[in-house]
Amino acid sequence: MRHITVGVLGFQGAIEEHVYITRKALSEAGLDGEVKVVRKRGELEKLDGLIIPGGESTVIGGMMEHGGIMDYLRQTRGEFPVFGTCAGLIVLSRKVRDRVLGETNQPTAGILGVTVERNFFGRQGDSFEVDLEIPVIGGLFRGVFIRAPVIVDADSEVEVLCRLNGKIVAVRQKKVLATAFHPELTDDARMHIFFIKKIIG
Amino acid sequence: MGPVVGTVCVKRGFMKMQKHGVIMDVTNVKQAQIAEEAGAVAVMALDKLPYDVRRTGGVARTAGLKVIEEIMDHVSIPVMAKCRIGHVYEARVLEELGVDAIDESEVLTPADEKRHIWKWDFKVPFVNGARDLGEALRRIEEGASMIRTKGEAGTGNVAEAVRHMKIMRDEIRKVRAIVEEGDWQEIIALAREFRVSYQLVCEVGRLGRLPVVNFAAGGIATPADAALMMSLGCDGIFVGSGIFKSEDPMERARAIVLAAAFWDEPDVVAEAQRMIDERKSMIGIGIEELELRMQERGAEA
Repeated sequence: MRHITVGVLGFQGAIEEHVYITRKALSEAGLDGEVKVVRKRGELEKLDGLIIPGGESTVIGGMMEHGGIMDYLRQTRGEFPVFGTCAGLIVLSRKVRDRVLGETNQPTAGILGVTVERNFFGRQGDSFEVDLEIPVIGGLFRGVFIRAPVIVDADSEVEVLCRLNGKIVAVRQKKVLATAFHPELTDDARMHIFFIKKIIG
Repeated sequence: MGPVVGTVCVKRGFMKMQKHGVIMDVTNVKQAQIAEEAGAVAVMALDKLPYDVRRTGGVARTAGLKVIEEIMDHVSIPVMAKCRIGHVYEARVLEELGVDAIDESEVLTPADEKRHIWKWDFKVPFVNGARDLGEALRRIEEGASMIRTKGEAGTGNVAEAVRHMKIMRDEIRKVRAIVEEGDWQEIIALAREFRVSYQLVCEVGRLGRLPVVNFAAGGIATPADAALMMSLGCDGIFVGSGIFKSEDPMERARAIVLAAAFWDEPDVVAEAQRMIDERKSMIGIGIEELELRMQERGAEA
């Protein structure tokens, strides 16, 4: 079996948490692979897949734009495996607006045909955890939502993987996977296993 | 089961989202917008910058609610605010207002020298200052979701932050070694010395770090200061007076953000350091010249 290299984008946010759970995913799935923290465009070409962690989307997005990573992802047109959580979802989306400020002109890769609304549920006091039903990973999954966005509009090509009270919180389009919640804050590696086995393949 | 707010996972998780980032002290909307534009992960709203708190003297309290609210309405990044040590009701008011996190801070005049806020009662996460591992663990046992070094706020002098982070690091190394050896008698002795539970000391030993995010604060004024603190193993940076008491706040804020994210690449830190002008740094104050050592506030509790 081939050796899989997964990169975790290392600008800002829950970087170590993703490294930890991706290693756990590789080990639970019995796969040969490694996880690397990456920050340079040149490093992306050597990866089988990239994870964009949760954090502050304006900060991560700004550094991705500056370092040419956004451009790289735009050129892949969704054919390169990427998994974004929370802020990671935002920077992959085509269009972003904020619950309070409205349209944000923050840079995004636009390889997910969705519109997201930032801070949809409110501020940190409204952050929550809840059981989600995600059929592609076999059912219940603990969703941790931190000042989370939701997907308010999605193209017909976007496959919806999970809804919460009717709102879309996990999607897949081509080789791009994204969640509004934070699997890296749980000890459950199933979303990461799904990314590695079904999307990186 | 329905959604649950204010859990340990949600509170500590919020702080994890700040990692590798820079949280900037601001006193008005304009500064908050500069901070956001420059790449701050969050802003900390306060009435006066620590440097001005020193200069003005008197009682330093939580910031005006209208100012905080206005900041919340004008930036999309998280807004934190400071309350006085032990001032449960300043904290309640800030929670009602909807700030994303509260800093129970020694920069303000303590309201209770003996007892900090019992933070488990709140759904909003708290950050607390600490100078050593015992102080950090006492705050975590009271419910803090993030620790920051106290350093010596408002001085532009990074020396105390360095000292506190090194003390913390050395003590964690020691605890780790003792837990690995399984010297339970010594662990109990340490728990007594720190005045915290045996379980919490064991947890630190197993993890080899604090169980919450640990930022550096107090005296950081330049990109190189930020990189230095990151190299000592902290998870992110608070900058107080360092940005808005300088004469080049926008460039400096951008440069510090860059240096915190790329601290392990000296060429990028050098590029960041080139973005600022040392003649525009805040003048700073030597620790030995200080009349007020903010770091001592609440340390014994």
